[in-house]
Amino acid sequence: MRLFTIRGGVHPEDRKALSAGRPIEVLPIPKLLHIPLQQHIGAIANPLVQRRQYVAKGERIAHAQGAVSAPIHAPTSGRIVGLGLYPANHPSGLSVRTITLQPDGKDRWHKRIEGVADPFALEPAEIAQRVADAGVVGLGGATFPSAVKLGLGKRYALSTLVINGSECEPYLTCDDQLMREQAEAIVDGARLMARALGVERILFGIEGNKPEALAAVQQATAAFDGVEVVRLPMRYPMGSEKHLVQTLTGKETPARGLTADIGVVVHNPATAFAVYEALRFGQPLVSRVISVTGGAISAPKNLRVLIGTKIEDLVEHCSRFREEPARLIAGGPMMGQPIPELRVPVMKGTNGILALTAAETGRREPAPCIRCGSCVQACPCGLLPLAMAAQVRAGDLDAAVSSGLMDCIGCGSCAYVCPAHLPLVQCFNHAKGELAARGRAKQKQTETKRLAEHRAQRLEAQKRAKREAMAKRKREADLKKQAEAAADSEGAAASTPAAAVEEVETC
Amino acid sequence: MAMSFVSSPHSARVNRVDQVMLQVSLALVPGTLVMVWFFGWGVLINMALATVFAVIAEALALLLRRRPVLPAIKDYSAVVTALLFALTIPPTLPWWMTLIGILFAILIVKQLYGGIGYNPFNPAMAGYVFLLISYPVATTSWLPPDVSALLEARDLSTLSLIDSARLVFTGALPEGLSWDAITAATPLDEMRTLLDQGQRIDEIRASSPLWGVFGGRGWEWVAAGFLLGGIYLLRQHVITWHIPVAVLGGLLSASALFWLLDPQLYPFPAFHLFSGGAILGAFFIATDPVSASTTRRGQLIYGAAIGVIIFAIRTWGGYPDAVAFAVLLMNIAVPTIDQYSQPRVFGQRRSARKKA
Repeated sequence: MRLFTIRGGVHPEDRKALSAGRPIEVLPIPKLLHIPLQQHIGAIANPLVQRRQYVAKGERIAHAQGAVSAPIHAPTSGRIVGLGLYPANHPSGLSVRTITLQPDGKDRWHKRIEGVADPFALEPAEIAQRVADAGVVGLGGATFPSAVKLGLGKRYALSTLVINGSECEPYLTCDDQLMREQAEAIVDGARLMARALGVERILFGIEGNKPEALAAVQQATAAFDGVEVVRLPMRYPMGSEKHLVQTLTGKETPARGLTADIGVVVHNPATAFAVYEALRFGQPLVSRVISVTGGAISAPKNLRVLIGTKIEDLVEHCSRFREEPARLIAGGPMMGQPIPELRVPVMKGTNGILALTAAETGRREPAPCIRCGSCVQACPCGLLPLAMAAQVRAGDLDAAVSSGLMDCIGCGSCAYVCPAHLPLVQCFNHAKGELAARGRAKQKQTETKRLAEHRAQRLEAQKRAKREAMAKRKREADLKKQAEAAADSEGAAASTPAAAVEEVETC
Repeated sequence: MAMSFVSSPHSARVNRVDQVMLQVSLALVPGTLVMVWFFGWGVLINMALATVFAVIAEALALLLRRRPVLPAIKDYSAVVTALLFALTIPPTLPWWMTLIGILFAILIVKQLYGGIGYNPFNPAMAGYVFLLISYPVATTSWLPPDVSALLEARDLSTLSLIDSARLVFTGALPEGLSWDAITAATPLDEMRTLLDQGQRIDEIRASSPLWGVFGGRGWEWVAAGFLLGGIYLLRQHVITWHIPVAVLGGLLSASALFWLLDPQLYPFPAFHLFSGGAILGAFFIATDPVSASTTRRGQLIYGAAIGVIIFAIRTWGGYPDAVAFAVLLMNIAVPTIDQYSQPRVFGQRRSARKKA
């Protein structure tokens, strides 16, 4: 198949050999699980359980709220011991609502968990519904609820499903290992997703540094028409979905659009595997494969881990640190986030735990930009990172936006090549955050203005109504009096109506 | 364990400003050696003087600006500026002129604008042009290349190390020698003078001992040495091909066009490449990242324009060589070039970008 080139990109040393080819080990059930309610993009899940309640494995413990959200299930059987705040696996280290589960060690599945004998007989919408019920989210790290993406066929003319097995981040081998061991299950899951989307064509894109995974998937797809395995060139960020789609189809996704705009939907192989488990066995997403690796880890491994396991337990299982790590990261080294502390839990989107030595990070003090243009050459999005950074530093966010700040995918290629070691990604993320805050402030302002106007109108209406009521009463009183006056003799009670009016006005 | 917040990416290519600068200095070695061979010890004396002055001036400026001195000195950018400056001035220049040129380059052109990364103009070239305008005679009095045929034909002498040092530091000429006996017009200068006198190129080539195989005698090998260094920089990925190819391409095509029109009135293209500072300029000076364009298309435009301006000034301008002027002129244009040569943003159509 003919491949197309993308602009920019970098060739980081992949360091996958540390954990590549190590069979997926199942991590023993830990003593406690901390299951955050926000593990996906979208609205936070709503807890369904109470303290001291007993739950079976796979039982729903929090349900999705709104259109973009995902339910959460008990990773194993046990008792709910806590429902409160716990530090999140997020660089801020802030606490989020978390369900704490004490496993009973029996790992007993919920009795209603059962698969579909022939999932291909299901309606596309039914497949998507089951995927939604299983709490499957994008396991490549973006954690977008998968069922929402499976429903795109309704609104877009789709032609192709791409399974993104590029795993272009250095170090990570979880997708690689899963493809080697579970190729058939992944292909089955991918075909189910294709059915849900209503597309005939499936492309597996796998970078050339994973020959075993390529061979395994090739073998697993041999029997099926319309499924193709493509060996991708090794270049970061090949796994960026828009760039992957461009490599495969030559078509460019419109800026700030979706790949669905050009008829393509991209899913991760681990997601395909989760779909397979959800449909064939009815098992919700309660565990995932994670690479625990990096130069500071004593024994790098690929582990199948229950969601909610503390990162400490993973590190423990890998014989702890060979040396004190200079940096601990959830995800890959290019786009991963620092881990605030070791007790934070694994989430659905955690694909790797990296403990890097100081030598591996290559970090140095930032120096002034010498305008060498390396970042311009490396940017896969055609931006001028150096110019944008200068604009952000000068506080001219509007200029940065017009030079393409919002088209930045945060891949870090620019900062990776920068000889001055400028924190370019940080600079752009700061600017994006600032713009988002500004947007919110502006929205708040217009909302406040709207409410204030509304209130003024309401008060005005009340006042008017009161005046009218008063006038009416006065008229009635006058009429009554006239009638009385007409009936009785003339004279005496002339001043009473005025007093009555005064009384009304003061109340 | 608590970790301070650091942004992704969490690994970086080992690629540092100081190493870039060291490689540039290393790449200057072959050309410099050839220059010392042909023009004597004055070249090295100038380089040493300029380097010392530049580092002191840089440190002084940073102290005055209350900025950390050591990191800035250690990036070797001042050294590279000094070396390039020293390679453009004649080996006979008095030490205090070197000092003035360097002070102008480092203090005014570089540090007043904010130091490394912020100077719109190439400091070495600005320093050189400052001297060229202030002391036109001293800065254009070049030694003849040490080629026996040429020395005999013109009855010229070369300078020993002691003589060179004495000339630079005290301005005293060696016993019994006059300026005329130790200096000679550069090939570019001679070509202009003789062309202005109405001579045809064939006559000039036949009559003057200044012409070598493909450029000025001696000069052509200096240029070849710098070409070697430039190729080294390309291979080490310190520079990309865009600017040097565009500069040389611009110069070549402009000179070839006119040479084809009248080969007797306009010198052949290789003469332009190998007689003056074109090669040094294309690989070492125009590629100075701080003052050059940063986009690929921008670099091609920037380079080609430098090439054409070099030809224009050499042919119709008031100075025999023009690399410094051409580079400075295009430095002014860089912000504009950059703005209009931004690559297309992923997923955006050209027309759509205007609106965004």
